[in-house]
Amino acid sequence: MNDEALIAPVDAVLHGGRIIEAIKKSGVATVVTVPDRTTASGLLRPIASDPTLRHVRVCKEDEAIAIGAALSFCDQRALVLIQYTGLLDSINAVRGVAVEYGMPICMMVGLLGKEPGVAPTKSKNYGLRIVEPVLDAMEVDHCLIETDDDIARIVPAIDNAYARSRPVVMLIGRSPVAP
Amino acid sequence: MMKRDECLEVLARQVPRDQIVVAAYTAAFDWIAIRPSPFNYISSGAMGLTAPHALGFAIGLPDRRIILLDGDGSLLMNLGCLVTIAEAAPKNLIHFVCENGTYEANGAHPIPAQGKVDFAGMAESAGYAACHRYADLAAFEAGIGSVLQEDGPVFVDLKLEPGEKYPRDYGVMHGPKIRAEFAAALKAQRAGSAG
Repeated sequence: MNDEALIAPVDAVLHGGRIIEAIKKSGVATVVTVPDRTTASGLLRPIASDPTLRHVRVCKEDEAIAIGAALSFCDQRALVLIQYTGLLDSINAVRGVAVEYGMPICMMVGLLGKEPGVAPTKSKNYGLRIVEPVLDAMEVDHCLIETDDDIARIVPAIDNAYARSRPVVMLIGRSPVAP
Repeated sequence: MMKRDECLEVLARQVPRDQIVVAAYTAAFDWIAIRPSPFNYISSGAMGLTAPHALGFAIGLPDRRIILLDGDGSLLMNLGCLVTIAEAAPKNLIHFVCENGTYEANGAHPIPAQGKVDFAGMAESAGYAACHRYADLAAFEAGIGSVLQEDGPVFVDLKLEPGEKYPRDYGVMHGPKIRAEFAAALKAQRAGSAG
């Protein structure tokens, strides 16, 4: 990989604690999860032990999308934290519940195996390369959280999803460092 | 075996008009005809997602009882939700499965292992607080009142066959109007409670 293909420094840092601060700042009170190796230590573990967040473990990612939809009717903000493989597995739920019904489903999706600093569409991994094009085809908003500087995108992304009642995917481009 | 419409009519007599009922596909069409109410939620978006929707409502509205009318095909499509619900352990959720043994909305083809699957047994193994099975209408009528008072998650397997066929309007199910009415009713009720 040459330097021109890099979108961020290879050795940049992404802090899980700062992501969690942004999640809370956005008003999210519930995090619905299926574990992902990318976010397991730096993000999911501290979320699971945070008494100020309600953590719901689900068996399959599409369950999380339905739970997030129901909570939105209760005026409660939720975040779905999953791996990109689970997102791909849940395309029909995203299609039906999030897009066609126009529900504010906020998803934080770990890009397992993505090379640090490399754009997902430039990854050597086929599964990673297709994530953003699939989201574009589905007309789902998305952004990349690759370094600490990108964390500023989280609150506006979630606020916009709820304001416009539409889904958003925040792609986690490297393993967050534990708080 | 019970006729679905007769069974749902028995249930409808036990629930108030503002009871939140989350229903799947064929059962949903019958239910909204038998018990019309803005508190019916029938828009699961895709098969297998009715139970997770109900869990979301149960978590988000802990002071409200949530009735889930699931389908057997829908439940089989996301069987792990039994474990998810048992783990979340909402005391306010009653999970009915309308077991007709078929994908009735899709040509009435049989579900895998039709008649052999023990749905209540699986719910019990998953960790539901209580599980019941009903195949006889009189027994259901006699028992449902106390079942609705139990702490959840409660699972109730209803052995059913089609009864009167009510309109199947997928435009209503997937259209925005019914969800908007549900959201407005919920909001108004919560505003009333707060006031």
